[in-house]
Amino acid sequence: MALIHHFAFQGMQMLLVLVLAPLLTGFVRKVKARLLRRRGPPLLQPYRDLARLLRKDVVLADNASWLFRVIPYLIFAATWVAASLVPTFRSGLLFSWTADLIALIALLGSARFFLALAGMDAGTGFGGIGSSREMMIASLAEPAMMMIVFAVALIAGSTQLSTMAAFMNSAEVGLRVSLGLGLIALVIVAIAENARIPVDNPATHLELTMVHEAMVLEYSGRHLALIELATFLKLLLYVSLIACLFAPWGLTAATAEPLLIATGLASYVVKLVVGGFLLAVFETAIAKMRVFRVPQFLGAALMLALLATLLRFVSRSF
Amino acid sequence: MVIPALLAVAALLALAPIALLLSRSPFGRPVAYGASLALALVLAAAAAASLFGHHDSAITLPLGLPWLGAHFRIDALSAFFLIVVNVGAAAASLFAIGYGRHEEHPQRVLPFYPAYLAAMNLVLLSADAFSFLVSWEFMSLSSWALVISHHHIRENMRAGYVYLLMASFGTLALLFAFGLLAGPGGDYAFDAMRAAHPSAGLAALILVLALVGAGSKAGLVPLHAWLPLAHPAAPSHVSALMSGVMTKVAVYGFIRIVFDLAGPPVWWWSMPVLVVGAITAAMGVLYALMQRDLKRVLAYSTIENIGIVFVALGLALAFKASGMALAAALAMTAALLHVLNHSLFKTLLFCGAGAVLSSTGERDLEKLGGLIHRMPKTAFVVLVGCMAISALPPLNGFVSEWLTFQAILLSPQLPSWGLKLLIPAAGALLALSAALAAACFVRVYGIAFLGRPRSDAARDAHETDGISVVAMAILAAACLILGILPGFAIDALAPVAQLLAGGRMPTQLGVEWLSIVPIAESRSSYNGLLVFVFMTASAMIAAFAIHRLASDRIRRGAIWDCGFPDASPLRQYSADGFAQPIRRVFGSLVFQARELGEMPRPGSTAPARFTAIVRDPIWDTLYAPISGLVAFAAERLNVLQFLTIRRYLSLVFAALVLLLLVLAAWP
Repeated sequence: MALIHHFAFQGMQMLLVLVLAPLLTGFVRKVKARLLRRRGPPLLQPYRDLARLLRKDVVLADNASWLFRVIPYLIFAATWVAASLVPTFRSGLLFSWTADLIALIALLGSARFFLALAGMDAGTGFGGIGSSREMMIASLAEPAMMMIVFAVALIAGSTQLSTMAAFMNSAEVGLRVSLGLGLIALVIVAIAENARIPVDNPATHLELTMVHEAMVLEYSGRHLALIELATFLKLLLYVSLIACLFAPWGLTAATAEPLLIATGLASYVVKLVVGGFLLAVFETAIAKMRVFRVPQFLGAALMLALLATLLRFVSRSF
Repeated sequence: MVIPALLAVAALLALAPIALLLSRSPFGRPVAYGASLALALVLAAAAAASLFGHHDSAITLPLGLPWLGAHFRIDALSAFFLIVVNVGAAAASLFAIGYGRHEEHPQRVLPFYPAYLAAMNLVLLSADAFSFLVSWEFMSLSSWALVISHHHIRENMRAGYVYLLMASFGTLALLFAFGLLAGPGGDYAFDAMRAAHPSAGLAALILVLALVGAGSKAGLVPLHAWLPLAHPAAPSHVSALMSGVMTKVAVYGFIRIVFDLAGPPVWWWSMPVLVVGAITAAMGVLYALMQRDLKRVLAYSTIENIGIVFVALGLALAFKASGMALAAALAMTAALLHVLNHSLFKTLLFCGAGAVLSSTGERDLEKLGGLIHRMPKTAFVVLVGCMAISALPPLNGFVSEWLTFQAILLSPQLPSWGLKLLIPAAGALLALSAALAAACFVRVYGIAFLGRPRSDAARDAHETDGISVVAMAILAAACLILGILPGFAIDALAPVAQLLAGGRMPTQLGVEWLSIVPIAESRSSYNGLLVFVFMTASAMIAAFAIHRLASDRIRRGAIWDCGFPDASPLRQYSADGFAQPIRRVFGSLVFQARELGEMPRPGSTAPARFTAIVRDPIWDTLYAPISGLVAFAAERLNVLQFLTIRRYLSLVFAALVLLLLVLAAWP
């Protein structure tokens, strides 16, 4: 019976992230539009886009290889698995120990590896430019992320997300300098990883500064739908990750109590709304950077995270 | 088990002259490589029996120095490295059965190949300094002969020259290290060295000499300069062995001296190892990103991986010195697992490069492209290798990297302040090099295998032969299996970690669902098998659902490219172009990279020119001055070559008198 519960919660989590991800993106788009005094697309527009793309034929370039057709599924799978492993409404899920935070980041790294390869497959200038820049951004964002993991893991004494969330929820954690630095760095990395303004513009095409959109330029139909869905999932993942590490309130431990689960779900939705709103405000308030300013932006995250880790190595109380 | 191993080595040595005869007939070559394959498998089996049977065996033969004899021994450490070497050697030999057909001068490769395998095995089997050094030098010389087997290419001769110099230098350092270990008594057997603990000052000197001697063979920065020249110069299956396997023999030499023979470590020993390892990892991958030659990229990536191994070894030293046996075992296991993993995927990638080279005749990335269409099987196995080396789950490279990070997370408990500041920095460099390695292999794979062919040779490429593909497929399968079931490998490494670190990791096979748990499940765990199953299942479910419920139609059309497709394949992204952002971000600091653009005036029909200048800081600051000094001294001493016989005799006399005076004045 207990095992069935565990499976049920794990399955619920997987479906939940899948269902909520487009909604979060739709919400961010809507808030951004309202901040610009536009009416904006309806909240459910991302679902309609996905449904429309799924029904359409795929138009493949003449010289696209088998890898190009497989990659959307792989990207979607890696991102979905990663997103299902971040505690959202309830920690200690059945498979939560499958991958710790380091493995989770590496899973996203796998997705990025494939996406960059897809950009190179057709042999176009735009695809190459996107892949090349994506890998440059990743080469700074990934070490920064790893340093953030180090800082937080050293405080919580674990790289297991459920344990970390439980520790962050306890009174032991207190206010720490290294946590503050880690939070700032994590936000910067999340912005870069999700290709948001000021690093990349998710709403652009035909612009020489684009990164993510340049890689997926040759995709169409269901392949594009899967990549879009993976992008939505990634945004949800990062918001959930920040919430799980830095605002774990309402996150219930291993329990099947319906009331606690309901609280967990409600608080999760509130966190998503707040996170999405803050992201929209931030994106509206700031201008897009030149590509070669991005390394400085991410370098700041790397340095902050390194500082946070060093503080942890030097003293237990920071 | 040492006797069957020695017999197999003797058979390999006997095979060398026979192979010279066999090389004359086209049917003889597969026989020679097949015999090497069989003997390598025998050696691997003997080593596996020793490692899994937990029993050491030793023998002393009346060879070599009369008062010493030749000691040979298999313990857990040498058994593990024997497995690494011979699995790599078996795969390379199998590959060579197919690949060796393309060899133009087989008589220059075949006799040295079994000799080279025998030499590497002998280094691992020796249990005294004399036979170790003789085998080590034999290994250097036989690989040198293989490096210059294509000696009609000028570049290869230069590579062979630099290699020979650096190899002699490394052996010299090791000679001194063993001399210090043996002490004034001069007992060169490893058992005697182990019993006699050198004093603190001497031990420090031994550490430095071991780092220089073994490090120059392994390719540690700044002693790496020969490696990217020599490894690519050899035939591809030999390159695979040099990069995938011989560097591991060097790692073995370092571990044997520092962890086994030099006595209990002091905490600061780990500092030079960590610094050199972290710098090697980061520099190696940055160099790799700047290269255009496919095999040279792989050689530089070997340097990076050796850096990762040395970071883990440095951690193991630090933990061992501080009495944290469990953490030391974890770091040691991470280092050894990375040794095994790297030997698998680097052998695979060099074989892949060999397949590309024999099929297109090109090593220049800028002349490749689109090979996934012409060589689909090679493309698939090389993709697995690229993923593994980029440390992506669920493949094996990630597991050892993950274990290293877990070891780093244990290091705040170390007592010394120097290490507390150094280890996070080393961790950051490790994370940086992992991210750059992914960029490097996206570049290699994206340019060489994806896109459109950039030359006629790439357009007319054909799939390589079946045996080569099988060899590569076996290696790729091993990468996947070690990635999803790492618990078996970790448990098999336990006796080695016990021997070197004085502790062992918890047994992994009892853990539920076959995940790996280095310390405790609440702390960290990883399950490659479930990650693999989940990813495959989700991808399948998505594909099935979409094809069933939505659409499964495909239309082919021209490339879209935002509406401006260009028919010329030269307008694709190039290898240099792909590396440009990273060159600008990191290269301007490390390589003083500069870009010179030259635009013609408006109306002029002259072509625009773009030049990227990348300087090698280590060559410029270390090697160039030394070689300049040698050249200068040689120029000055040149006059001594043209003296009369009287002058020579008087010089000899003066030298004799001087030496006698020194002897007389000696206290």
